[in-house]
Amino acid sequence: MSKRIDVKDLNVYYSKFLAVEDVNINIEARSVTAFIGPSGCGKSTFLRTLNRMHEVIPGARVEGEVLLDGDNLYDSAVDPVTVRSQIGMVFQRPNPFPTMSIRDNVLAGVKLNNRRISKSDADALVEKSLRGANLWNEVKDRLARPGSGLSGGQQQRLCIARAIAVSPEVILMDEPCSALDPISTLAIEDLINDLKSEYTVVIVTHNMQQAARVSEKTAFFNIAGTGKPGKLIEYGNTTDIFNVPSEKATEDYVSGRFG
Amino acid sequence: MANATLTPRRSQLTKGKLPNWAMWAVLAGALILGAAVAALVGFSIISWAIFSAVFFIIAGTAVTGVAEGGRKARNRLALFLIYGAFIVALLPLLSVIWTVLERGVPGLSYNFLFTSMNGVTGAIDNESVAEGTPVLGGAYHAIVGTLQITLWATLISVPIGLLAAVYLVEYSTGGSLARAITFFVDVMTGIPSIVAGLFAAALFGQLFGPGTRTGFVAAVALSVLMIPVVVRSTEEMLKIVPNELREAAYALGVRKWRTITKVVVPTAISGIASGVTLAIARVIGETAPILVTAGFASSINWNVFGDWMSTLPTFIYYQILTPTSPTATDPSTQRAWAAALVLIIMVMLLNLVARLIARLFAPKTSR
Repeated sequence: MSKRIDVKDLNVYYSKFLAVEDVNINIEARSVTAFIGPSGCGKSTFLRTLNRMHEVIPGARVEGEVLLDGDNLYDSAVDPVTVRSQIGMVFQRPNPFPTMSIRDNVLAGVKLNNRRISKSDADALVEKSLRGANLWNEVKDRLARPGSGLSGGQQQRLCIARAIAVSPEVILMDEPCSALDPISTLAIEDLINDLKSEYTVVIVTHNMQQAARVSEKTAFFNIAGTGKPGKLIEYGNTTDIFNVPSEKATEDYVSGRFG
Repeated sequence: MANATLTPRRSQLTKGKLPNWAMWAVLAGALILGAAVAALVGFSIISWAIFSAVFFIIAGTAVTGVAEGGRKARNRLALFLIYGAFIVALLPLLSVIWTVLERGVPGLSYNFLFTSMNGVTGAIDNESVAEGTPVLGGAYHAIVGTLQITLWATLISVPIGLLAAVYLVEYSTGGSLARAITFFVDVMTGIPSIVAGLFAAALFGQLFGPGTRTGFVAAVALSVLMIPVVVRSTEEMLKIVPNELREAAYALGVRKWRTITKVVVPTAISGIASGVTLAIARVIGETAPILVTAGFASSINWNVFGDWMSTLPTFIYYQILTPTSPTATDPSTQRAWAAALVLIIMVMLLNLVARLIARLFAPKTSR
């Protein structure tokens, strides 16, 4: 499992407004790639174009190509549902389904699609996914309880378990730790480290230490001013971005001398 | 050292504040004064209550103003007015419930609930008034009719209303179709019920010949009244389902209609259920549209597709307007009040059922 992503000349629009301009990036399989940059620079927007989630917003569209192991996501014959079942996503705020138990939340990707699954297979999948998300030991005795009763960090890990239960090729994470305390953040970061042996992980983060800790490659996005499109400024090995960036803007941002 | 704790000392934090019993004292004074003034103009409970309330508001505000200052006085005045408005709003409700209970309970019997008016004539009513025998005849046929017609009206309007609301919230992008639907739903909300009745009567008259009157025609008329309420309340409930849940489902590769049926609607189901109940409560008491669509029957008819039917409101209407015995109207009046009580109980039970549904389906948050 896990596939690489190549983006070619991608422009993202909200109706007429150009939100992200001309992105070219190659994301390796089985690696962790971090997107950093100031608020509003389009890194979340760009992340959402990688599994066609931005289309949920009316008027959003893209120009250019996103290739998943060579197949263009935006080919007119491609069903966005197929794309999303291969490229999972974890959101900024934990969003377990409030009407479902912990177990059903993990099985949501299977059950909501009405795929038949035997009870023993379901049990195995729940355990494997929850173990994969480092949550099994905390919830194994209360799988029938509602998922919304967990703490914020546990809910976020439940959402990760839900995402990996459909065995995607790629997992996108949109600031997964921004609503969490340091201990839960650490648990998620450990989890990301484990995930990269099987999945391609792309993470948007505001926390530069986090990007430095978890990622192999880092992409820095920036925006020239309000109303201007966001751009990919620099993309490279995380150690290079943080220690010897080639662009002045990157250096200013990572060293805290922003502006 | 123990001395310091023994000496009672007024806290600096409560300085310049009236003690808790002050308002009770003002209330007692206002009641006495109110009784005295009421006696001057002719004593009654109502004049006593009004005078006491006025004195209490004036005196309470004045006392507070003197002791605690202007801001507190204005606060207290507003508080009194709010409570007063609440009580005034509550009085008609309590009065209605009390009157219906008082007059309806004597007529409520097994006989009333489980027999129809079939074969009950003026002679029987005259006899029961003259000789004190129990009042015969009941509202069984009207209860059956109310349940049947309301059930069919619900069966028609809930799917239509629910799907219209799903279209408005989940599929439309604010285009002209959505705006037209919203506009006409608003217009429908204001349709007088008799017009809805005439519409259904005319429609079925065109389709199945003039004078077609069955329970189903009435159900169609009621659904015209129900649909806008269902659309509106369902729309509001679907709107407050967080977008994050939809996105979470999409991100798992779930199709849009499955997201709607398995995530969005279940999350909103408790609100939708109470909206439907409100819509039912709105139409269950309708009289005029039933009269022109279902006619009136005095015997039991379970079939909504054939023959005339009665409902509780039309039963009440006819019992009061054309008593079974023109000379002895008491038995008819008693039956009308009992039917009114049954109607209120039905609406209350409906509300309880809706609460139960809401409780059962509500998103679970307990740990």
